[in-house]
Formats: sequence, structure tokens, C-alpha cells
Amino acid sequence: MTSIAIPRPAYAERPWILDWLTTVDHKKLGILYLYTTMFFFAVGGILALLVRAQLAVADNTFVNNDAYNQLFTMHASAMLFLFIIPVWAGFGNYIVPLQIGAADMAFPRINALSFWLIPPAGLLMFSGFLFGGASDVGWTAYSPLARSSGVGLDLWIIAVIILGVSSTIGAANFMVTMFRMRAPGMTMFRMPIFCWTMLVTAVLQLLATPVLASGLAMLYIDRNFGGSFFDPNGGGNAILWQNIFWFYSHPAVYIMILPGMGIISEILPVFARKPLFGYKAFVFATMGIGGLGFSVWAHHMFTTGAVLKPWFGFMTFMIGVPTGVKMFNWLGTLWRGSITFEAPMLFALGFLSMFLIGGINGTFSAAVPVDFAIHDTYFVVAHIHYVLFGGAVFAVFAGLYYWFPKIWGRRLDERLARIHFALQFIGFNLAFFPMHLLGLDGMPRRIATYSESAGWETLNLISTIGAFLIGVAMIPFIINVVMAFLRPKDQPNDPWEGNTLEWWTTSPPPVHNFDSLPEVHSERPLWDLRHGNAAH
Amino acid sequence: MAAHAVATQEKQGLSNGMLGFILFLASEVMFFGGLFAAYFIARSDAREWPPVYLLTPEQVAAGVKLEVEFWLPFIATILLITSSVTIQLGVFSIQRGNRSGLIRWTFISIVLGLVFLVMQVYDYSQLHFGIGDTIYGTTFYTLTGFHGLHVLGGVIFMGIILARSLAGQFTAANHEAVEACSFYWHFVDVVWIALFTTLYIIP
Ligand code: HEM
Ligand SMILES: [Cu+2]
Repeated sequence: MTSIAIPRPAYAERPWILDWLTTVDHKKLGILYLYTTMFFFAVGGILALLVRAQLAVADNTFVNNDAYNQLFTMHASAMLFLFIIPVWAGFGNYIVPLQIGAADMAFPRINALSFWLIPPAGLLMFSGFLFGGASDVGWTAYSPLARSSGVGLDLWIIAVIILGVSSTIGAANFMVTMFRMRAPGMTMFRMPIFCWTMLVTAVLQLLATPVLASGLAMLYIDRNFGGSFFDPNGGGNAILWQNIFWFYSHPAVYIMILPGMGIISEILPVFARKPLFGYKAFVFATMGIGGLGFSVWAHHMFTTGAVLKPWFGFMTFMIGVPTGVKMFNWLGTLWRGSITFEAPMLFALGFLSMFLIGGINGTFSAAVPVDFAIHDTYFVVAHIHYVLFGGAVFAVFAGLYYWFPKIWGRRLDERLARIHFALQFIGFNLAFFPMHLLGLDGMPRRIATYSESAGWETLNLISTIGAFLIGVAMIPFIINVVMAFLRPKDQPNDPWEGNTLEWWTTSPPPVHNFDSLPEVHSERPLWDLRHGNAAH
Repeated sequence: MAAHAVATQEKQGLSNGMLGFILFLASEVMFFGGLFAAYFIARSDAREWPPVYLLTPEQVAAGVKLEVEFWLPFIATILLITSSVTIQLGVFSIQRGNRSGLIRWTFISIVLGLVFLVMQVYDYSQLHFGIGDTIYGTTFYTLTGFHGLHVLGGVIFMGIILARSLAGQFTAANHEAVEACSFYWHFVDVVWIALFTTLYIIP
């Protein structure tokens, strides 16, 4: 085994709080990202529970129509723009430099800027509640509604633009980091899968987010300077917004899920004790999803009648292909592995099963005639949550349980983790499976209440119970984290027998990350060392 | 095996900073791409262009005319293209280690940029339509306005380069910020040429 010596930079001591406020260390910024985004996950979750409370029974008057519109708009906005998109930047910040054997990101100060744009943007978005109401036009902000909604929407627009800037410069930072800062011997095709998914995500963000920003600027101009972009009376076109919005948001669906797939692909091989099945196929499938992601945006607008239906319907089916390839990668990895079921693995398997359902019903709704029938019903809400909660959120927890020992130097308790998983899995399916049935029965999304005669009450009540069960599931998780923080740091470098470089260094790593690096001959250098494949 | 540093800055080819800057410019291209797309969609939706048929009787009575002046923006275009040449001459100067050449050419480029902005503002003041006067006015002011902001950003960037070179910074071997600044300025120039062509030349 050869080790490579690294010069150790000197760091001055600073007061604790100042240190966190001014840090440019990717690990500290990663932790700040994780705390901030988990905070907004909690906020978005509370809003979701209010939504579910209102929908629990027919003809409910818990909140009125106006308040309901704000609740579901802010729920979706917080979950997407303040939680799921930046949470990946949080994991990426902490893990990517470690996995490629770098001492930091390429641009540490820009990295700090990317993070520090997020908290003020979040406050701005929510400050609408203080100024006569937050945005209430849905996270999709379609015109004509969006042309006339209150000042809360202006705050929302500015906040989303700021968040867009954050993720655009963050994307450039990730790209340069992975292109330029890899350890000696780590070619692009020896980069860990999580890094690959972060890289493709970064490309999507870099190219798609500015287009959304241009659309948001247009909306702002329409609303505040009398512009006519989306106003047919002035020669504008409401469909234009939808085109721009989905040009961003379709790739954004992959921005929200690809890094989660990457995390799962790190975890499955470790706990099945087998290399990832078909590493290269996985990488190409990830690139394929990235490329196709840009060409299918209009499938969201089938019902507007303004798009080339057969083409986009076909392309949407096509995107199922690389996703299917990944399913085979994952199942092939599990096949005949010596599997153990620690917490990260439980959540990873949860991801697999839920994502399968989400993927199937997504392809289902890509069929044009079907889309007309279920468009704007709860079927869509069910699909969104099977992908984003069943997929992305399960991956977030898988990643948290997996990297917790690395990041915080302690291990989370397995028994509490199992309780957390069981409650969340059951709660999740109770909350969202009934929504498929409600959708097929014609219940429209985004309605504040429904009449008793519609016959939707039982399923809605079940769904609400499930939602609150998800809330309860967070209790063992929080207890687990708090108890871990009360224990001393005791984790070895590599508690799971991991494959990638982050497990080579101490838990948590020193400021400069590595005192030495092993030689890299594949995408799993630590596995090679354990199995004696390290020879040239 | 040879010793390596961990976070290596590869010496050949583009530096990390330049690569990052080029990626940033790519995102800017996408931003303007969105604005241009809006313009072309609006044009293809319109029965005629400029869409005078959309003007209300009140707008007509208030003297709104959907017409642009050609020669002033044309001269401004020439100036902006010239400034792209001059900033590049500044880059060539510092590549040969000639700092005073850099200072001179950067100064000239800044002046040209400022004149461009003044001409744009003057041009705005002469037009007989506002941002609220149909999609024509909206796209016109949005596109040229965002471009103008980028010109301003470029002028500030060049001002920083000027100040730093007056303070004795930059050498033949070390002038990355100058290169980045010139890239940015060329980008602003190219966007303007595209804008000038679409807004003033395509009938
Ligand atoms: C406790 C967990 C959650 C519950 C109970 C929940 C519940 C709901 C409900 C009932 C709606 C529909 C509101 C309506 O159409 O009137 C909704 C919408 C939405 N949720 Fe969630 N949600 C949860 C978690 C999440 C997460 C984690 C995400 C994303 C990461 C998410 C993203 C969305 C989005 C994007 C919409 C908007 C759909 C639309 O545009 O109409 N939700 N949620
Ligand atoms: Cu889509």
C-alpha cells in the first residue's frame, strides 16, 4: 500500500460562532446546508400537515380558501426550492471533495456565497405571510392567476431568483471541482457514482436554472411594470410561461432525484458487499437522463393543446429506459449479495420500492390519453410524492444514516432507526397511496375542501392519518440524533466497510481532509485495498 | 510513486478560475436564451410586427408609436464592437508585460462602454412607447434593459481591472482577471450584436 503525503495547511483559531459564520470549509458549509434544509423540511412538513388537517373531512372549515392556497403553495415551494434542491448541495458539499480525494471545493468562497444566499431567500419567501399573504398561486405560478396575485408572489419571485443564483454558481463550483480536483489516479470513469449524479445534476442546474430566472424576471416585469409577456391582450401568451417553466422544471425533476439515486448507489453495494452492478451503464444512464430531461418538458402541457404530442409522448417513454437501466443496476447489485439491513440499507430499499411505484405511474401518465383523464387530479399529487418523498426523501434519510458517522463521528442507534423507518414507510403509503384512488375517482388537486356527497371522505381521512404518522416518525429520528450528539465521538474511519475515499480519512475528517491518499485504480479504492486488487 | 499535492490546480490549459468563469457565462447565455425565446414566440404569435393592431385607441391618442430609431443604436453598436477590440488590445498588452498599454486600452474601453450606456438612455428617452405598450414594448425594454445592466456590470468589472493595474498588479504571467474581464466583455458584445440584429434589422 502506498500513501501520498500531503502538506498540512495552518489554520488560525477563531471564536466558535465567528468560525461558523465565516467558514469556507466545504465540510462546515455542508453541515450548514444540511441543518438549514432540514429546518425547511420541517417547515414544509408542518404546512403539509395543515393541508392534510383541512382535507381530513368533507366541508371542513379549519382554514379558508385563501389560507389554503397559501398553505399548499408554500408547502410545495419550501419542499422543492428550500429543501430538496439545496439538501443535495449539502450532501454534495460534504461528500464530493472527500470522495474525489480533494482538500476542498474548487472555489471555497463562492461556495460560502451559495450557502448564505439560501437563508435570506427562505425568509423572503415566507415573509409574504407578514405582508398580506404569501404566494397563493401554486409553485407553478401559472398566468393569468399569477398576474394578479398579491405582493406575496413578488417576494416569492425574488426569493426563487436568489435561490436560482445560489444553485447556478454552486453548480459551476461542483463541475470545476469534479473536473479538476480529483485525486491522482482517479479518472472520470473512476469517480464514485454519487459524484457522477452530482455532476449531471450540476449540468442541469447550470443550464436550466437561468432559463427559469428569465421567466421569473418576465413575470416580475408583467406584475410590476405593466409588461405583457403573459397577457394575451397585449400580444403576450400565457403558454409562454408554461414553456419556460417546464423547460426548467422537467430537468428540475431530475435535479431533485438524481443525487438521491447516487446515494442509493453508494449504499447498496456497501450493504450487499458487492460492487455496483454495471458502473458504466449507470453513468451513461445518468447522462442519458440528463440529456433527455431537456427534451421532454412539454409533456406537462399535453392538455394545453400547444405541443407536438406524439414526439413528447415518445420522449417521455424514452426517459423510462435509462431509469429502467438503473433499476437493473440496483437489483443486480442486490442479487446474491450478502445483504445486511442496517438503517441506511433499510431506507435505500424503501427508496427502491417506492421509486418503482412512482416510476410506473409516471410512465402511465405519460400516455397522452391517460394524461387527459388524470390531469390536475390527486393522481398527480400521488405521483409527485411517490417520486419526491418515496424517492428523494427516503434517499435523504438513507444518506443521513449512512454518512452520519463520517460527518459527526457518532453512529445513530439502529433500534430507533428501525422504528423511524417502519413509521415513515407505513405513514408514507397510508398518506399517498389513497391519493391514486382519489385521483382516479376525479378528485381535483388544489381544492380547499370537497363536499360530502363526493364520497372522498374515507380515503382522505386515511391519507391524513398517514401524514400525521409521518410526523410521528420524525420523533424517534430526532431523539436518535440528539442522543448521538450527547455521546462522545467514537467512530473509526470506516465503520461500514465502505468503498470510497471518504472512508479513508478520520471521522470526522481533519480540516484538510486527508493526511494521505491510497492509490486509486477503480471507482472503489477501499474495496480494492480490502480485496487485494490494488496491484498495478 | 511520485508525490502529488491533493487539490491540484492543473497548470496546463484553462485554470480552474477560467473554467468556472466560462461555465458562469454559459448560464448567462441560457438566461438571455430565455428572453430571446420569449421575443421570438411573441413575434410568431403576432399578426404583424410591430403589432400596431394591439394598440388601444387610448394608446394611439396618447401618441404611442411602435417604432425604433436606427442610426443612434447603429453608432452605439459600432462603439461597442470597437470596445471589444480595445479590451482585447489591453489583454495583448499585458500578455507582453506591458502594463501601461493595459491601462490605456482598459480606460478607452470603459469610456466606450459608458458612451454606449449614455446613448442607450438617450435612445430610450426619444422613443414613443413604454414597457407597458404591448408585447413589443415589453420585449424591447426587457431585452435591451437586461443587456444594459450587463454593460454596466462589464464597465464596473473593467473599472476594477483599471484600478488594480494602476495599483501595479498584473504581469505577463499573471493576469487571469484581465482575461476573464475580456471574455465577459466579448460576451456582452456578442449578445448586443444578436439583439441589434433581432430588434433593429430583422424586418
Ligand atoms: C408529510 C409529508 C407530506 C404531505 C402530507 C404532503 C401533502 C401534500 C398534499 C396534500 C398536497 C396537495 C395539495 C393540493 O393539491 O391541494 C401536496 C402538494 C405538493 N407537495 Fe407535498 N406533502 C408532503 C411532503 C412533500 C415533500 C417531501 C415534497 C417534496 C420534496 C412535496 C412536494 C409537493 C409538491 C411539489 C406539491 C404541489 C403539487 C401541486 O403542484 O399541486 N411534498 N403535498
Ligand atoms: Cu416532467
